[in-house]
Amino acid sequence: MSDTVTSERTATGSAAAGPATGRSRSLLKPLLLAVGFVILLLVPIYVEEFWLRTGFAVFGAAIGAIGLNLLVGTTGQLSLAHAFFLAVGAVTYTFVAGEPGGVATEVGGLGLPPLLGMVLGVLLAGLAGLLFSPVAARLRGIYLGVASLGLVFIGIHLLNTWEFVTGGFNGRIAPDFSLFGFEFSNNASYLAIAGVPFREAERLWYLGLFLAIGAYWFAHNLLRSRPGRALQTLRDSEVAASVMGVNVQGYKARVFLVSSMYAGLSGVLLALSIGSIAPESFGLLVSIQYLAMVVLGGLGSVGGAALGALFVSALPLVFQRYADIIPLVSASRTDPGIAPGEAARFLFGAAIIVIILYEPGGLAGLARRFRRPGRPGGGRNASPSSAATSSSTSTVPSDPPAQGSTT
Amino acid sequence: MTQFLSLLFNGISLGALYALIALGFVIIFKSSEVVSFTHGSLLLLGAYSIARLSDTIGFLPAVIFGLAITAAAALIVERLIINRLRGAPVISLAIVTIGVDIIILTELTRRLGSDILNVPHPWGGESFRIGDVGISQNRLVATIVAGILIAAFFVAFKYSSWGVAMRASAEDGETAALMGIRQGRVSAVSWVVAGVLAGVAALFLVGAPTPGVSPSAYAVALRAFPAAILGGLDSTGGALVGGLLIGLAESFAAGYQEQILFLGRGFGEVVPYVVMIAVLLVRPSGLFGTKELTRV
Repeated sequence: MSDTVTSERTATGSAAAGPATGRSRSLLKPLLLAVGFVILLLVPIYVEEFWLRTGFAVFGAAIGAIGLNLLVGTTGQLSLAHAFFLAVGAVTYTFVAGEPGGVATEVGGLGLPPLLGMVLGVLLAGLAGLLFSPVAARLRGIYLGVASLGLVFIGIHLLNTWEFVTGGFNGRIAPDFSLFGFEFSNNASYLAIAGVPFREAERLWYLGLFLAIGAYWFAHNLLRSRPGRALQTLRDSEVAASVMGVNVQGYKARVFLVSSMYAGLSGVLLALSIGSIAPESFGLLVSIQYLAMVVLGGLGSVGGAALGALFVSALPLVFQRYADIIPLVSASRTDPGIAPGEAARFLFGAAIIVIILYEPGGLAGLARRFRRPGRPGGGRNASPSSAATSSSTSTVPSDPPAQGSTT
Repeated sequence: MTQFLSLLFNGISLGALYALIALGFVIIFKSSEVVSFTHGSLLLLGAYSIARLSDTIGFLPAVIFGLAITAAAALIVERLIINRLRGAPVISLAIVTIGVDIIILTELTRRLGSDILNVPHPWGGESFRIGDVGISQNRLVATIVAGILIAAFFVAFKYSSWGVAMRASAEDGETAALMGIRQGRVSAVSWVVAGVLAGVAALFLVGAPTPGVSPSAYAVALRAFPAAILGGLDSTGGALVGGLLIGLAESFAAGYQEQILFLGRGFGEVVPYVVMIAVLLVRPSGLFGTKELTRV
């Protein structure tokens, strides 16, 4: 039913833009994607380690943001528990792949291959999501938001007290990743491509890149499939969804499962990126940061979530590095300036407010606006934010088909 | 038995403070459909202003100014942001308050640094004893003040024109507007009242037995969220019951820590959330919340 509507809309959309541009864009898009991909592949050869490490953090965050976006943006379920599922992934990975030992506190570890640790991390995070989903599926949006807040604090408590697994308050070192004997660490066998030695940062860049692309691709296809449409109907109206034969509780539980699996993978990458796990890496602020990514990028847009992740997770690192150049920001505590982390927080706090007030479609909405100059000027309805969770109910025929199916 | 009684009293006093915060939370939700995540940082703002001002202008003026600042901050948030988003989806509204929260909290944490500010309560840090059962005087005053405020609130809610207007617009916003009730004003007043309630709670929450104003007061304020949810987001009576339940649960879990050590040290801080999730499993709209009925 919604498929027909979408195809009609897309058809009228491209007709309005003219058949010629429509065809050229269909060629242009894969070309641009291919060029972008090649550039991303070549980056480690030209760019220094700091940017590679930042990039890896961004890839990890992007995976988490895409997962959260499925939940908040697509299905309209506000969740603040993302940090908890990140923690489940990170801790599982560290415990499964880590060796027993420890400096201050005795920690256990299974010493299994890191790949297994990563897979188990994702699965266990999914399981945690599934266990929480009976609560999640029964609660309406806003109750869920606060209930999921609880999970974060319970998670922090577990991280602090379950020392044998998590290392307690001080945390523990996360083991290096390796794939069938190919190690992603600095003490691996020497490897150079085009004269550039490929050390940990370069190798991790590729790991992050491929995982992020996979995550993007999966979410993108999911949204265009039958379950994806069901989820969007769920966001717009639960009653309408169940009238159409969508199993509301079932889909809510499943989207929670998928979203927390994404978070689990993101958690594993976070552990690899920081090199250790500690309770402070999984606090409420982390959940809020992920929410900020999703909102900034544009609720419901997969690419937007990735863009938001780039903005939110790279900003503090960049501020840190260029603290002496950027005005008002200072690296040392004694200086009157604003610390880099705080500056970043101010910025994305303000960005959230501005986005919700003026451009509920987020960065993706902005991009869409520029791409279609023929758009009627007063296209926004009386309440500008009515489109915040259903960014495509406006008069614009939106570009990704996943977004057009809300009516 | 002595331990039980003193934990009971402490739990009630803590619960009364949670109830104050939760009440503000609930009336904001009723009047403007906003789940205000700004509340934690508003509370911290109140505590911070009172502590800073009382150095220079004395305790009582500081309290008055502190409450005024908190109320003004709440009003500004409502006028500048929430009012413009009337009719927006609940989730966008909640997210925008998170944005405000980040900004206020970051600024306050930056100003506080690692200091712990003291509020010079005139009733001091001693405890008040009946036989062997002791409770800090601060908490005793808190219970009394909170009790009076809550009673006054319920009277106002029932009889004052603001209360009637608010209940009417919570019941059916459009009809209320047609009857000449100004939605914007109702919502603004609710935010101010919520700000004042949070400020009063802040005044007592940073006194004995807690050490003083530090960023960790924010975490305390967050525990009022489960209280509001537990009672049902749109029920003022529920906020009271929820607050007391959470306060008691926290106090007992902290007091009997040795007996429940298998749950880990510091379990008292998590127990509000555990209780909340347990209740929500059984009653998805809280204890007294309006059940949303849908029939397909």
